[in-house]
Amino acid sequence: MTSLSNYLIVSAILFMIGAGGVMFRKNVIVIFMCIELMLNAVNLTLIAFSQFLGDQQGQILVFFVMTVAAAEAAVGLAIVISIYRNRETVDIDQLNLLKG
Amino acid sequence: MNEVVFWILASGAIISALLMVTRKSVVPSALMLIVTFCFLAALYLTLNAQFLAVVQVAVYAGAIMVLVVFVIMLLNIRNERFSLTGNWKTIIGVLGVVGILAQMIAVFMMASEKLPKQLDAKAIELGTVESIGMKLYTSYAFPFEMASIILIAAAVGAIVLAKKKLS
Repeated sequence: MTSLSNYLIVSAILFMIGAGGVMFRKNVIVIFMCIELMLNAVNLTLIAFSQFLGDQQGQILVFFVMTVAAAEAAVGLAIVISIYRNRETVDIDQLNLLKG
Repeated sequence: MNEVVFWILASGAIISALLMVTRKSVVPSALMLIVTFCFLAALYLTLNAQFLAVVQVAVYAGAIMVLVVFVIMLLNIRNERFSLTGNWKTIIGVLGVVGILAQMIAVFMMASEKLPKQLDAKAIELGTVESIGMKLYTSYAFPFEMASIILIAAAVGAIVLAKKKLS
């Protein structure tokens, strides 16, 4: 039987892959997808704890995280479209209007 | 047997996530993310969370990624250029990521003695549609309705943001 720490390690690896992608990629859409990957890694942690400790609240929380992720995807992609319409680019290095 | 299935699914998820981050073009990157989501859904099944596995495939691999691929096709995106050996900032970033990852794995390894070794006895019934639906419509009825309001607000906000001209 697989123990809880194995699931936690897989989740940590996926989370750090997502965090590395957010740091190193330049494309806004890829950064967005990396954030989705990080959300999924956290979901895996919540479900693993929920099933190993026999408490259902973790799975309810994952359900709400998925709802918020769907809302975030819709709004985030709309923002990407309007950025592209104004600037003709999705390169994060050229979107430096707020850079001090 | 169970252990073998777990490690196959876990390495599949990790490899496809790595491929997702390292592809230069956006469309293969999105396809690799769909593969990762499917592997994660299979991992949820090994945890007896059937409902969330189905929702993962339907909402993430289905709806959200279709939206992402749709936006990619809509915009004209050139291949980006990025490297992990560029300036000192990226080197520090790589060291930070690897360091935090090593720290987390070390903590989980050390704690593995105290963490439970197998699924809870009630785990099979906790993950079904029936029990989660029962919880959602009784104790969590108010947050459930709030979630629908969030979705409505997000849909309206997305339409307003992506509209051609704000008048």
